[in-house]
Amino acid sequence: MADTFFVTAMRDAIAQAMREDPNVVLFGEDADKSVMGSTRGLVGEFGKERVLNMPLSEATMIGLAVGAAAAGLKPIIDLMVSSFFYITMDQIANQAAKLRYMSGGQVSLPIVVFAATGGAGSAAAQHSESPHPIFAQQAGLKVVLPSSPSDAGNLMLGAIRDPNPVIFLQEATLGGSKGPFVINENEMELGVGRVVRTGTDVTVLAVGRTVKLVEQAAVKLASENISVEIIDPRTIYPWDKQLVLQSVEKTGRFLAVDTARHTCGFAGEVVATVASESFVHLITAPKRITMPDTPMPFAPHLEKFVSVTEEKILRGIRALLSNE
Amino acid sequence: MISEDLLIGLQTMIRIRCFEERCQRLFNQGKLPGFVHLCIGEEASAVGTCLALKKTDLITSNHRGHGHVIAKGGDVKRMFAELLGKRDGYCKGKGGSMHIVDFASGMLGTNGIVGAGIPIATGAAFASKYRKTGQVAVSFFGDGATNQGVFFEALNISSLWKLPVIFLVENNQYTEWSPTHELSVGDTISRAAPFGVPAVSVDGNNLEHVRDAVEKAVNRARDGEGPSVIECMTYRWHGHNEGEEAFAGDYRPADEIAFWKNRDPIKLLSVEMLSRGLITEEEIADLWAQERDLIERAYEFAVQSEPALAEEALSDIFSEASQRNI
Repeated sequence: MADTFFVTAMRDAIAQAMREDPNVVLFGEDADKSVMGSTRGLVGEFGKERVLNMPLSEATMIGLAVGAAAAGLKPIIDLMVSSFFYITMDQIANQAAKLRYMSGGQVSLPIVVFAATGGAGSAAAQHSESPHPIFAQQAGLKVVLPSSPSDAGNLMLGAIRDPNPVIFLQEATLGGSKGPFVINENEMELGVGRVVRTGTDVTVLAVGRTVKLVEQAAVKLASENISVEIIDPRTIYPWDKQLVLQSVEKTGRFLAVDTARHTCGFAGEVVATVASESFVHLITAPKRITMPDTPMPFAPHLEKFVSVTEEKILRGIRALLSNE
Repeated sequence: MISEDLLIGLQTMIRIRCFEERCQRLFNQGKLPGFVHLCIGEEASAVGTCLALKKTDLITSNHRGHGHVIAKGGDVKRMFAELLGKRDGYCKGKGGSMHIVDFASGMLGTNGIVGAGIPIATGAAFASKYRKTGQVAVSFFGDGATNQGVFFEALNISSLWKLPVIFLVENNQYTEWSPTHELSVGDTISRAAPFGVPAVSVDGNNLEHVRDAVEKAVNRARDGEGPSVIECMTYRWHGHNEGEEAFAGDYRPADEIAFWKNRDPIKLLSVEMLSRGLITEEEIADLWAQERDLIERAYEFAVQSEPALAEEALSDIFSEASQRNI
């Protein structure tokens, strides 16, 4: 079958969900035209009553979703760029994430908010955030960060069917990437990771766009007789702890690769978990490769300097193996 | 019919007053954890509004929300249980005074964040329009919240889409400890004008005025003509929060407080009903006795209720299966 663009897989999944359930509605800025491509054509099939073009009122957009979900709908929000979440933070963190808990479980809020995330193409600091750890911290939000068109489509369907608020982050640099996508009921559950490549010397956890980079690095390292096992958690919250721990038990070495900034990022959480729960299996100290604690700079060479690259991954894995 | 309406209105206002006065005593005795914001003096806006609503209509509220919950049909037993952190509380002890939620009566949430209920009510109104349920959504908020960006955003989108939502501003003239006129330009009504949303200011201590204004807005909303703003001019007898005196000082003139206490919404309606021969002094006294007793029994129920289990603090974060919301 023909390969599908990453954003087209998202679009196809949304369309499928809208066909299945008339309570699924979509709000977004330029939702009818689709800046990122992930809602393109939906207005033609579902009409302006279900695909609603929104004014630039991000906080109210999320508030609308909370109220609409509380009153029986399943809203999907296209927020376009993950930096825009910061405009919405009361409605995301205080309302969407907390209303179920604070009401003693009286309500379910089936909401999906998706946005392009990560540094890409000199968009600079206000359009290049990787805020997934912030949402994982909220207690009440699920966080999806897919790395392939297949996961983008199936996890989007899983997110829409999930009865909780889900933050769905689409790597900006992966939007135009292509790969196979078939709707698969077994690949929709949030919290289930994937072994991307099996290996015996080192376990590397990679998220989003870094999965591909680690795969490329692993091919090169194979020629140096270094066998890399790659795990893509697919979701940041909940994340597939058991899959990682089982792998570390086998390899004894661990590297976490994350696009978020270093301090209090997702990589730090995973490394801490491996260190405290798999200590006896570790041959050497676990490491992480992250973005330094800096806003994303504009100039292409500066952007590359602070971003996770294949080069940094190669260096990180080699260092891990020479540390013994 | 009208007199029955007023009787229910009077009774509900008295219930709110008794509940709030009991809360005040409990707070002073150190028996209420957390922050408590009382609505004594503002009962007519909550009750007058809800008299014009159906049980299936939806409301959102704010930090001063006890009156809204009771007016929409909430159970004072479960409210006290929540305030005391008991298992029978509306939120099983996870919400407290500022966050009581009662979906069964269409109460989508009081709220600790000023203005946050405004877009949520707007979203509920969207769902009503989309699903053609005929429900109207009302957001109760104060004059302070009219300086929140989401107020203007919601005016725009609700007017654009003609959503069945009513923005009910309880103007008690103070933003926390500051007079709102020192923080705002213009008045509430004029803020709705650029969005083409009809707005009216009424005597918020006159239950009939409030009810009549809301009825018009409800009819407009159900006819698909869109949102309305209703400003209820009122006053809170107490501070922003109980126990503030030690920190806030006397930020309100004594004669101002006296003026508004003299305009007690319960007294105003009682006098009106007496003058129309709709009720007798004895019947009014009976209502007070009956409601005081109800509140005492409700409090006793809450005291007897089991404390929320500690392990429960770890539940209700995520929904396992899709439950049907209202």
